[in-house]
Amino acid sequence: MTLLYAFLVGGALCALAQIIVDLTKTNPAFVMVSAVSLGAVLSGLGLYGPLVEIAGAGATTPLLGFGHSLVTGMLEDVARLGWFGLFTGGLRATAPGLMAAIVFGYLMAVLFNPKG
Amino acid sequence: MTRARTKDREEYNRLAQSFHPPRPVLRNALKAFLVGGIICTAAQVIFGYLSARLPRTQAFAMTSSLMVFLGAFLTGLGVYDEIGRFAGMGAALPITGFANSVVSPAMEYKREGFVLGVSARMFQVAGPVIVYGSLSALLVSILRVYVFK
Repeated sequence: MTLLYAFLVGGALCALAQIIVDLTKTNPAFVMVSAVSLGAVLSGLGLYGPLVEIAGAGATTPLLGFGHSLVTGMLEDVARLGWFGLFTGGLRATAPGLMAAIVFGYLMAVLFNPKG
Repeated sequence: MTRARTKDREEYNRLAQSFHPPRPVLRNALKAFLVGGIICTAAQVIFGYLSARLPRTQAFAMTSSLMVFLGAFLTGLGVYDEIGRFAGMGAALPITGFANSVVSPAMEYKREGFVLGVSARMFQVAGPVIVYGSLSALLVSILRVYVFK
């Protein structure tokens, strides 16, 4: 069942982003940046957590999930370490994705050449 | 003179606009929906497999890493840009698109060297995403912890 919700929620978020790009003629990079910030705000409002419960990777895979992870990590570390958690939690929670982007990004750029 | 020219330009813009095909907003949205949905479903399949063996947070983290790997690999093969041309934000918004935004410029600028080319350009789009993500998350967390307790 979560598979269906992952498809619907992930698809809907992407469709929404596409509509914004088409109607406002915004550069996709700006929409990607806005999506992360929007994810952080929705997470802070307590709305994104339930969405992850329902849609699983359908909510964590779009970039909004990155914003959600940053906030969740910060709040977890604040609960553990106090205010300094604001400086440790965000990147701790998102480290797997970022480390993968650095390692595999570098590797692929070295191994492959642009097509066309 | 200037006013006349502005008017001419407006006239021209209106005329030019009427020759542009209307943006197929609905069709683009549908393509983004399908491809974005399929990518997220694939991620959910991977998560389902991992979460049977690992704690939930770790399974989510590993799923993201794997999706980043897939996005980076498909970009290297030249496949992801094809998907991106078809699906727009359906390919850009998932974390695989984040990986694509890292590999594409890194590959493109390889001729400028491995320091100022590859590694400096890797974060051309990913950098802003990380910076604004971190700053807005910080703001949101401060509000959550100290203002709306």
